[in-house]
Amino acid sequence: MAQAFREKGLSYLIVGPFAIVLAFPFYVMVITAFKNQTEFYDTSVTPYWFGKHSPTWANASYLFHHTEYPTWLANTAIVGACVVAITLLLAVPAGYALARLAGRVGQSLGVGIFLTYLIPPTLLFIPFFAVIRQAHLTDSMWSLVLVYPSFTVPFSTWLLMGFFKTIPQELEDAARVDGASRLKTLTRVVFPISIPGILTVVIFSFSLVVNEFVYAFTFISPSDQKMVSTGVYTDLIRGDLPEWGAIMVAALIPSIPLALLYNTFLDRFIAGFTGGAFR
Amino acid sequence: MEALAAARPRSRRWTDVFERPGVLASVLISPAVVFVTALVGGPLALAVWLSFTNATTGLHGKWVGLENFRREWGNPAFQHAVWHTFLFTVISQAIVLVGAGLIAHALLKDFPGKWILRFLILLPWAAPIALSLMAWKWMFDTSYSILNWTLVHAHLYKPLDVPQYLAQPKLAMGSVIAVHTWRILPFAVVIFLAGLSSIPKEVHDAAAIDGATGFRKFWSVTLPLQLPIATVALLFGIVFTATDMAVVYILTQGGPPPSFSTEMVTTWAYKTGVESGSLGAGASISLVLLPVLALVSIGMLWFARRTEVS
Repeated sequence: MAQAFREKGLSYLIVGPFAIVLAFPFYVMVITAFKNQTEFYDTSVTPYWFGKHSPTWANASYLFHHTEYPTWLANTAIVGACVVAITLLLAVPAGYALARLAGRVGQSLGVGIFLTYLIPPTLLFIPFFAVIRQAHLTDSMWSLVLVYPSFTVPFSTWLLMGFFKTIPQELEDAARVDGASRLKTLTRVVFPISIPGILTVVIFSFSLVVNEFVYAFTFISPSDQKMVSTGVYTDLIRGDLPEWGAIMVAALIPSIPLALLYNTFLDRFIAGFTGGAFR
Repeated sequence: MEALAAARPRSRRWTDVFERPGVLASVLISPAVVFVTALVGGPLALAVWLSFTNATTGLHGKWVGLENFRREWGNPAFQHAVWHTFLFTVISQAIVLVGAGLIAHALLKDFPGKWILRFLILLPWAAPIALSLMAWKWMFDTSYSILNWTLVHAHLYKPLDVPQYLAQPKLAMGSVIAVHTWRILPFAVVIFLAGLSSIPKEVHDAAAIDGATGFRKFWSVTLPLQLPIATVALLFGIVFTATDMAVVYILTQGGPPPSFSTEMVTTWAYKTGVESGSLGAGASISLVLLPVLALVSIGMLWFARRTEVS
C-alpha cells in the first residue's frame, strides 16, 4: 500500500512538471486571446493573468468580422474532407489486402509503402512546386487536395494494416462458410468492425491537413484560398504590428477540438501502431 | 478453406474472379500502389533529374551534370546549414528520448487526474504547429515577452538588457531547438506508450520471481526491452527533425542575419529553390537529406525483420 502510494507520487512528480512546461504556451494563448489589447502591451499588468478590462470578446469579434478567418476555416474543412475521402478510398482496401491476402509479397509491399511515408515532404516539395506551377494549379486550394494524399495514404495504409490484423481470421472464415463471397465478407463483416480504425485514419489525415504549412504557404497566395495555418501567419498583421489577441483566438479554435479528438483516439492509435510495428 | 470454396456450388458471375485471393488482393492494392508511385516516386525522380539541371522556375532546364552539387559543396552557407541541421537534430532528439521514456513510464500506471495530464502533454503534438508557433513567437517577443517579464520581475535581468530570443545567434538556435523538442516530445511519448504496452506483463513477473530487482532488473530486463521502442522513436524523430521546415521558417526564417545561425538544409533549399528561383540548385540541396533517409530506412527494415523473427 505504501509502495503503491509512493509510485503514484513519483508519477505526479515526473508527469506534472512536464505537463506544465508542455502546456504553458497554450496557457499564454488563452490569456492573450481574451485579454484587452492595451493590457498586454502594458508591463504593469501581469502577463500571467487578466487585468481590469479583461476578459473580453473583442479579439474574437475582430477575428470573425474583420479578417478572412471564417473563409480559411471553411477552406481547411473542404480540403480536409476531400483528402480524407481520397485517403480512405485508397488506404482501406490496400491495408486490408496487405494484412490478409497478399502473403510474403504483401509484407515487403507493406514495408515499402510505409517507407514512402518517411520520404520527407520537404524533399518532394521542389518537384511538386515545379509541376503545380507547370499545371497552372498555383493559387488554388485544389492543388493541396492533389498533394496531401501523397503523405496520408502511405501512413494510413500502414495503420489500417495493423488494425485489420487484429480482426480474427475466424470471423471471416465463418462468414465465408455461410456462403458469403470474399467481397461481401469485406463490406458486411470486416469494414463494420474496423470503424474505430477507420476513424483513427480520418482524424490522422484531417489533422495532417490542418497542420501542414510549407506546401500551403508556397502554393497559395490569394487570401480567399488560404488555409488556417497559413492565413493566420501571413495575414493577421496590421501595419507592422501583429494582432496578437486575434492570432491567439485563431490558434485556439482549431487546436482544442483537434487535441480532444487526438486524446480520445490515442488508445486506438497506439493499438494500431502496435499491431503494425511491435505486434 | 480453399477446398470448401471449391466444393460449393455456385453460379458463374463476373464477380467470381474476386474469389481468387491473388486477384482480389491485386485489385485492392493496386490503386494505392499506383497512386503512391505516381505522387511520391514521380516527384522523387523529378527531384533527382532537376538537381542535374539549371532549371529556374519551370521544368525546362539544361543538363549541367554535377555542377549544382559541386557549387553547393563549396558554399559556406550550405556547409553551415548541414552543421546546423546536425546540431538541431542530435540535441533535440537526445532530450526527446530521455523525456519521452520518463513520461511514458509514469503514464503506464493509473493515477487520478491521468487523463488531464496526458491531454496537456499531448497538446503540442495535436495542435497545428503553424498556429501553436504563434504563441511561441509572442512569448519570444522583443518587448512584451512573458519570459522576459518574469526574468525582470525576478530581478535576474534589467528591463533594457533582456535576452532577444530570436535575434541573438546562439540564443536563436537554442530557442529553435527548444521549440522543436517541445513539439516532438509528445509524439515520442505516444510511440513509447505503444511499445511499452506491447511488453507482456509476464516479463516483469518472471523477473520478480527470478529475484531481479532495482538496478539489475533495469539493466538486464527493462532496458533491453526499451531498445527497439527507443529505436523506432529515434528514427521517426530524426526524419521529422532533419526535414522539418515549419518551426525554423516561422520562428527565424533561418536568421538572424548576418550569421544565419539557424539556417537548416531545408530552409536553405527552400530559399535557393523557391525564393531565389533556382529549382535545380534547390533540388540538389534537398537531396542531401536522402542518404540520411536511406540510413533511417535501413534501420527501420532491420528492425521490422528482427521483430518478425522473435
